[in-house]
Amino acid sequence: MIKFLLKGIIRDRSRSLFPVITVVLGVSLTVLGYSYFNGVMTSWMQTSAKFEAGHMKIMSRAYAENADQTPNDLAFIGVENLLADFKKDFPELLVAPRIRFGGLFDIPDELGETKAQGPIIGLAVDLFSEESPEKDMLNLENAVVRGRMPQKYGEILISDEFARRLNVLPGQTSTLIGSTMYGNMAVVNFTVVGTLRFGVLAMDRGTIIADLADIQEALDMKDAAGEILVFFNDFVYREEAADRITETFNEKYSDKDDEFSPVMVTFYDQGGMADFMGMVSTFQGVLIFSFIAVMSIVLWNAGLMGTLRRYGEIGVRLAVGEAKGHLYRSMILESLMIGVIGTILGTVLGLGFAYFLQSKGINLGNMMQSSNMVINEIIRAKVTPVSYVIGFVPGLLATLLGTSISGLGIYKRQTSQLMKELEV
Amino acid sequence: MEMSNSFLITTKDLVRTFPMGRTKIFALDGVSLNFKAGEFAGLVGPSGSGKTTFLNIVGSLDSPTEGSAVVMGKKIETLSHKQAAWLRNKNIGFIFQTFNLLPVYTVYENVEFTLLLLKMSANERRKKVMQALEWVKLADRAKSKPSQLSGGESQRVAVARAVVKEPPIILADEPTANLDAENSYNILDTMVTLNRELGTTFIFATHDQKVIKYLRRKITLFDGKVAKDEQVEPEKGKGEEQ
Ligand SMILES: Nc1ncnc2c1ncn2[C@@H]1O[C@H](COP(=O)(O)OP(=O)(O)OP(=O)(O)O)[C@@H](O)[C@H]1O
Ligand SMILES: [Mg+2]
Repeated sequence: MIKFLLKGIIRDRSRSLFPVITVVLGVSLTVLGYSYFNGVMTSWMQTSAKFEAGHMKIMSRAYAENADQTPNDLAFIGVENLLADFKKDFPELLVAPRIRFGGLFDIPDELGETKAQGPIIGLAVDLFSEESPEKDMLNLENAVVRGRMPQKYGEILISDEFARRLNVLPGQTSTLIGSTMYGNMAVVNFTVVGTLRFGVLAMDRGTIIADLADIQEALDMKDAAGEILVFFNDFVYREEAADRITETFNEKYSDKDDEFSPVMVTFYDQGGMADFMGMVSTFQGVLIFSFIAVMSIVLWNAGLMGTLRRYGEIGVRLAVGEAKGHLYRSMILESLMIGVIGTILGTVLGLGFAYFLQSKGINLGNMMQSSNMVINEIIRAKVTPVSYVIGFVPGLLATLLGTSISGLGIYKRQTSQLMKELEV
Repeated sequence: MEMSNSFLITTKDLVRTFPMGRTKIFALDGVSLNFKAGEFAGLVGPSGSGKTTFLNIVGSLDSPTEGSAVVMGKKIETLSHKQAAWLRNKNIGFIFQTFNLLPVYTVYENVEFTLLLLKMSANERRKKVMQALEWVKLADRAKSKPSQLSGGESQRVAVARAVVKEPPIILADEPTANLDAENSYNILDTMVTLNRELGTTFIFATHDQKVIKYLRRKITLFDGKVAKDEQVEPEKGKGEEQ
């Protein structure tokens, strides 16, 4: 019977072509959509982790409370001791103490008068120590567009876009006007030695990258850091491990009654991360569901047209003694074959596009102009093992659904009319 | 009652009405007929006299309004859809006025597909299909598509499809209506041969004089009633050897 049905599908294009095309389209879009969302997620996770959240993050309890305001007056003091202990407890993890700071960036002319000025967001990272992972992690060397990397204290990098706006050239002296940890005004001179472009809008608008020690000095934050980012050494986030480490850390180092004691949080525990992840998974669910719905309706109609067109065949089959239930099941079997063929083709096609977008990516920079999300402008798809099988959900479900409904027409056929119907 | 055991088909006071506005049409109005194995019988009569309706009921495609029909020991009026399908599948072959071959399948597959419903090995199927195609002299066209056949050849495929299971009963509603004289005689000769060699009971519904010439029993229906039921000497198909 299966062979009989397969022959019918292959030879009768009007029986198979339209449904197969529908399934191929739906499935390939599902596979592509799924893979692209994967890419969005992965890209966002990696970028967020590197620039903002770490895989885990240590802050003072007080700082953690208002982490989104980067309250440096509440920064954790005693970084050196903490990290010495930490490295003994967790030698396999990478650590990156950082200070985020805000301020006014001022470019003086030869006479010391203000030539240009603008607000900046600063990120102080350890640029010079041997063991610091920052240069690699932030991919700084590649991000330098003009000028060079800082080589000694007092040298900073600023975002290229900001530099062009303020007309700053590498080599120029600039002044940072900020506030110290204790609320006093801080005015420090730096030399801009290079300009940066990360390809991450939120970072490219008006950012300066300075050395941690410089900023600790400038902002009166000796041995202090707002945030200590912690990473798995292969840069892959593992939620369970992160939870376990966080628990161990907090048990040992954190003191609920001391708001200046350190506390560790995981990537997901930080503001908005879990929400965003949830949103994206919901979106993926909605995407797949809507493909199932649309495809089912289209296939249902195709099925209805099929039962009309194959009125004679169905009649003959009933007449020669095929039971309606058997006929109905064979229709469903037939559509499942179409579903499988379409799903395989659609998956191949969708994966093709997904692999293409995995190597090429799409620049979503324009869409994210005003977004503060730390995510790459160019987002690539990411093909995972699930990409290979995800298409079978809408592919098979929709064919099954569509045919189960349209096939019910078979039960309405009255055998008593067959002779007359078959006579035309 | 005991007598009915020797009949393949027994109908008693068969009534089939169809609603028609406020009244109803009596398509069959008390038809009692018996058929033995190996008959070559025909229902004749004017249009609307109930021929097709009778074949429908005997073929378990329809149920009587009143009266009873027993086919191969099964009471038609009590059969479920599934039991009726099974009865058709096992015991009854249909030949229609139009050939109703499945266009995407070859001649061979058109004949084979009724066997797919039975549990049968591929080998056995192959033997039976080729045998049936031999009977209708189309073995050499097994691989053709219906669109490549003439009307006569198509109807011979339909005959092969009906006889491949070697059912005890074949019902044929106007089987020659779409055929020219030569092809009609051709088909009828084939049927006579099958009737003789396999003992298959043939029941026709027809207006066609060509068919009537072959009948050994002629049942005339008029207004849903049996007007005449006579054994006749067939003018044709008697002693013709292939
Ligand atoms: N499904 C139906 N609904 C209503 N009336 C019907 C139906 N089937 C048959 N009839 C009526 O029953 C009567 C007998 O019809 P039937 O088809 O059995 O005639 P017939 O002898 O086969 O005629 P023909 O030689 O034209 O094929 C006719 O009057 C017909 O109109
Ligand atoms: Mg008729």
